Amino acid sequence: MNNGIYGIEIAWLDAVIRLHIIVGLMTVVVMGLIYVERKVLARFQQRLGPTRTGPAGLLQSVADGLKLVGKEDLRPRNADPWTFELAPYMVFIPVFLGFVIVPFAFGMQVRILELGLIYFVATSSLGIIGWVMAGWGSDNRYAMIGGMRAAAQGISYELPLVLSLISVAMVSESYNLNEIVLSQSTYPNLLWQPLVLVIFIIAGLAELNRTPFDIPVGESEVVGGPFVEYSGIRWSFFFLAEYAALFIMGLIFAAVFMGGWAWPLGEELGRGWQILLVTVKTSLFIFLIFWIRASVPRLRIDQLMAFSWKILLPLTFAQVLINGAVLVYDAPLWILTITGLVGIAVLVRLIERAVRPSPAISNEVVTAGNEGAS
Amino acid sequence: MVIESAPDFETQDLLINVGPQHPSTHGVFRMILEVDGEIVKDLIPHIGYLHRGAEKLCENNDFRQGVGYMDRTEYLASHNAELSYVMAVEALAELEVPERAQWIRMILCELNRLSSHFMFLGAFGVDVGVFGTPFIYAWREREALIDLFEEISGDRMMYAYFRAGGLAWEVPGNFEERVREVLVSTRQGMKDFDNLLTRNEIFLARTKNVGIISAEDAIELGMSGPTLRASGVSLDIRKSEPYMYYDQIDFEVPIGTNGDVFDRYIVRLKEMEQSVSIIEQCLERLNDGPIMPERMPRMLRLPEGQEVYIRTEAPRGEYGIYLVSKGGNKPWRLKVRSACLSNLQALKKMSVGQYVADAIIILGSIDIVLSEVDR
Repeated sequence: MNNGIYGIEIAWLDAVIRLHIIVGLMTVVVMGLIYVERKVLARFQQRLGPTRTGPAGLLQSVADGLKLVGKEDLRPRNADPWTFELAPYMVFIPVFLGFVIVPFAFGMQVRILELGLIYFVATSSLGIIGWVMAGWGSDNRYAMIGGMRAAAQGISYELPLVLSLISVAMVSESYNLNEIVLSQSTYPNLLWQPLVLVIFIIAGLAELNRTPFDIPVGESEVVGGPFVEYSGIRWSFFFLAEYAALFIMGLIFAAVFMGGWAWPLGEELGRGWQILLVTVKTSLFIFLIFWIRASVPRLRIDQLMAFSWKILLPLTFAQVLINGAVLVYDAPLWILTITGLVGIAVLVRLIERAVRPSPAISNEVVTAGNEGAS
Repeated sequence: MVIESAPDFETQDLLINVGPQHPSTHGVFRMILEVDGEIVKDLIPHIGYLHRGAEKLCENNDFRQGVGYMDRTEYLASHNAELSYVMAVEALAELEVPERAQWIRMILCELNRLSSHFMFLGAFGVDVGVFGTPFIYAWREREALIDLFEEISGDRMMYAYFRAGGLAWEVPGNFEERVREVLVSTRQGMKDFDNLLTRNEIFLARTKNVGIISAEDAIELGMSGPTLRASGVSLDIRKSEPYMYYDQIDFEVPIGTNGDVFDRYIVRLKEMEQSVSIIEQCLERLNDGPIMPERMPRMLRLPEGQEVYIRTEAPRGEYGIYLVSKGGNKPWRLKVRSACLSNLQALKKMSVGQYVADAIIILGSIDIVLSEVDR
C-alpha cells in the first residue's frame, strides 16, 4: 500500500534489492560495532584495545571473523543434531527480519508496515526460541541453565518493552514507524515520555542480554550459557545476531524517541544528512550501552524477575493509562512530561526496595579500638 | 490456592560441576553444586588438584632453601608466607633480628597485603559480573607494587628475600621514595574501587545479606583473617599477639557487623587503608643499620628436640608454621597451617540455600589461594 512512494513498480524486486543492501551493510556495521565496543571498553579500562591489525586495529573484526571461519565446527556427541545446528539460525534470522521496518532516512526502508512496531517486537522475541534451542540441544548443564534463564528473562522483559512502545505509539497515534518519525518533526517523543524512555532502555538491555542483564550468558557463572558448546562459524552467528540486535534496538530508539531523521532539523533535509542524524542518535544509544557494560555488575535472576514484574510492568501500565486519559480528554501534552518525570522518581525509589533481598541491615563497619582482641 | 503435584511426578536435582576449569574458581578448585532450579541444595568441594608436597619437600632442604617453597604456598602474598617460616626458624635458633631488617620486613609484608587485597578486589569484581573494569583497575595498582618488589628482590612473585636472621641483601637506595610513590597510587586505586563498587546499587544488591556466617560458626570452623573479622570478631594476630614491632604501631582492626559477602569486601578495603598508614609509620622509624645478625653461622643448624608454632597475620588470615627440629640443618617436620583451607570449610555453610550466582561470589569473597589450600 505504501510502495507507491518509492516510484518503483515491481514491488517484490524493490524489496529484495533493499533487503540485500541492508543485510550486506549490516554485516559491515556489526564488525564496526565490535571494533568500537572493544575500543570503548578498553578506554574505560585504561587499555588501548586492538592496535595491531590494520591501522589503529581497524581490521581486528575481520581477523576475528577469518579465525572463526577457519575453526573446526564441533558438535558434542550427545547433542541433539537438529536443534543444535539450527539454533544459530533461529537466533540470527529473526534479528535480521527486524531490519525490514527500520527507517534510515525518508523513503529508505525495506517496507513501510502499518503495524511496524508490533512487527519489530514480534520478530525480536522470536530469537528466544533459538536461545532455548541452543541451551537444550547442547547437552550441557551450563547451556541448559543459560537457555532457561534466557527464556525467563525474554518473556518477562518483553512485556515492559511492548508496553513502552505502545505508550509511545499512543502519543504518535500510529504503529507505523514512518509516521511516528514524521509526527516528531517539531518535538521528539522523549519530551512527552521520559519514563517510558528509561524503561525502554532498561528493557532493551534485558532484551539484548547486555550487562547488567547478561544473566543467560554470565561468564563467571554459566560460562557463556547457551553458547558454551558452540565454536567457529556457528558461534559467530550468535555474535553477529547479538550486535545486529543491538544496532536495531538503537535504530528503533532513534526513530521512536529521538525523532529519527525528522527531528530537530525538519523533514526537508537531504538524504545524506538524514542518515547522519539517525547514525548519531543510534550511536548515542549504543555508546550508553557500552558505558553501562563497563561499569555495573550483573543482577541475579530473582532480582531481575522481581524488577520486571514488580516495578517496570506496573509503571508502564500506569503510563499507558495516563496517556489514554490525556489523549481522550485532549489535555495538553506537557502533563505527560510531568507524570513521566514523577514516574522516574518513583522508579528510582522502587529500585532499591525491589532489588534488595530483605530490609537493609546497617552497613556501618565499626572499627575496633587499639585495645586488642575481644 | 494450593496446587498439588501428582505423586508420580518426581523432579530430580541437577548436579553441576564447577571447576577445576571454570572462569571463577580461582585456580583449580572444584565444587559440585546440587541445584534445584537456581537454588543451591548441596555443595561438595573437592581440593587437592594443586598438591605438590611442599611441606615434605622442606624436610629435604636446608633452612635457606625452604624459603623458596614457602613463596610457592602463598603466591599472592609471598612475603607474609616467608615471614612465618623465617620467624619459626629464628625462634628455634634464637637469632636476634636487627632492627632495620624488622622494619623492612614489616613494610614489605604490608605492601604485600595491599597487592594481595587488590588481587581480591579485581577478581571479586569479575565474579560479581563487571566486565573487566575492576580487574584492570586492580591490576594497574598491583603492577606498581609488584614492580617495587621486583626492584627489591629481583622477582615479581617468588621473592625469596627474607632469610632466617634478616634479609638476603640491602634494599635499593631509593627504597623510601619508591614506597611513598607507590602509596600515592595505591591510595588513588582504593578510592577508585570505592567509587566503582561500594556505591554501586547493583553491587550492594548482589552482595548484601548474601552468604552470611555468624561469629560463632566462623570461630567454630577455625576461620581467620578478614573473613572472620567480617563476622564481627575482632581477632588480628598483629594486635592480639604482636610480633615484630606491631606493638609500636598505631593502627585499627576493621570488623564487619553482618558477616555477609559485602562485609568481607568492605573489611578488606578498610584494612588496606590501615596497611597504608602502617607502612607510613614504619617508614618514619626506618633507620640505617645491619640487616643480618653479626654472628651468623655459615650453615644454620638448629638444636635437637625442639618444636615451635609461629603464626602471623597474612592477608588471608592466620598463616602458621609448625616446625620440629631433631638437629641438623633441615627441619624434621614442617606443617603449614593454612588460613585458606580453614576459611574454605565455611563455603558449604554459606552457600547452601543461596542462588547459583551467589555461590560463585561467596567463593570469591573467601579469597582462596589454592596453592595454599593444597600445598
